[in-house]
Amino acid sequence: MVTAAQVWEAFEQIPDPEIPVVSLVDLGVIRSVDVSDGHVRVEFTPTFLGCPALEVMKQALEAKVSELGAEPDVQVVQDDSWSTDKITPAGREKLRAAGFAPPPPREASAPKLVQLQASVHRCPYCGSTETKLENIFGPTPCRSLRWCESCRQPFEQFKTI
Amino acid sequence: MNALLLGLADDELVLGWRDSEWTGIAPMLEEDVAFSSIAQNEIGHARALYQLLGDNPDALAFDRPLDEYRCAPLVELRLLDWARTIARRWLYEVADEIRIAALMEDGDPAVAGLAAKINREEAYHRMHAEMWHERLRETPQFRAAVEELWPYAVGLLPEGQRDELAARVSLPLPGDSLLLGKERGAHTDELAELWDEMTMVRRSAPAGAQW
Repeated sequence: MVTAAQVWEAFEQIPDPEIPVVSLVDLGVIRSVDVSDGHVRVEFTPTFLGCPALEVMKQALEAKVSELGAEPDVQVVQDDSWSTDKITPAGREKLRAAGFAPPPPREASAPKLVQLQASVHRCPYCGSTETKLENIFGPTPCRSLRWCESCRQPFEQFKTI
Repeated sequence: MNALLLGLADDELVLGWRDSEWTGIAPMLEEDVAFSSIAQNEIGHARALYQLLGDNPDALAFDRPLDEYRCAPLVELRLLDWARTIARRWLYEVADEIRIAALMEDGDPAVAGLAAKINREEAYHRMHAEMWHERLRETPQFRAAVEELWPYAVGLLPEGQRDELAARVSLPLPGDSLLLGKERGAHTDELAELWDEMTMVRRSAPAGAQW
């Protein structure tokens, strides 16, 4: 009989479809795993609701549970319980190593443009904070585009949610 | 079905569609990226809201006859110039923030939870709208666009939320005659054209087709 620990371990093998250097566990999008009588109920939270990878992630979770010989029941939880603060320290380090600046911590109030425009965001390549906002938006809803004045190249910055 | 949520979902779907029309033709490359991303996210919000309202978001998005859509005329307009497009984005985001804040207090935790999630994401759309508003606010084209679209923006919200909208954008509420045809419940001719295009592929295949 499969255990919750085995399910979590298996989920660590599922890469994020858009940024495969991190797993779904690293991203912190799996809220809970409950195992009973060969059924595995998983609660999963989207990063951004506009994420095109949402359905792919759900299918990957279902497939992984099936591979373990259990019956999957994957529920997408559409509430505010996921935050970029849930990305694990290991996940943040993997993002940085792959050239994605990890998100700043969530604050009590909504993020402001002036914060994004401030040169406090660190370049994932050279570590400089001499960076500027190029675009609030990027290739996926969860990212914005910045430019590093020190190493003269663009990089992607995770948005805080 | 919750008419308020359906109206919000339809607004986000149709505005997402309209915003996506700028992909590739925006006046600067960064805005191609921004409008595409905003459009994608608005449609994601529509999907999440449809999911809350029924088991089949696609059916709600695409299988209804035209007169069952609850979107407001503001989002239906096909705006072909940048000043009007930005004026709509700015007015829409200010109005949207007011109604989302109200939904975050909803007694149904599923509604309040989803509204809180949407609110977090909309913060970035608001920044974009505010940035452009700051840039264009003194230009004659933008002022004319705001004046033209203001009654439509009022038509997005129920009466109880309109005073707050007027206060936030510092404009007087228009009289009833100016609101005619611009409030939720009315539709513009542009919606028919959009509906035809938006549902074309789905209508072309028999029910149950796998994509």
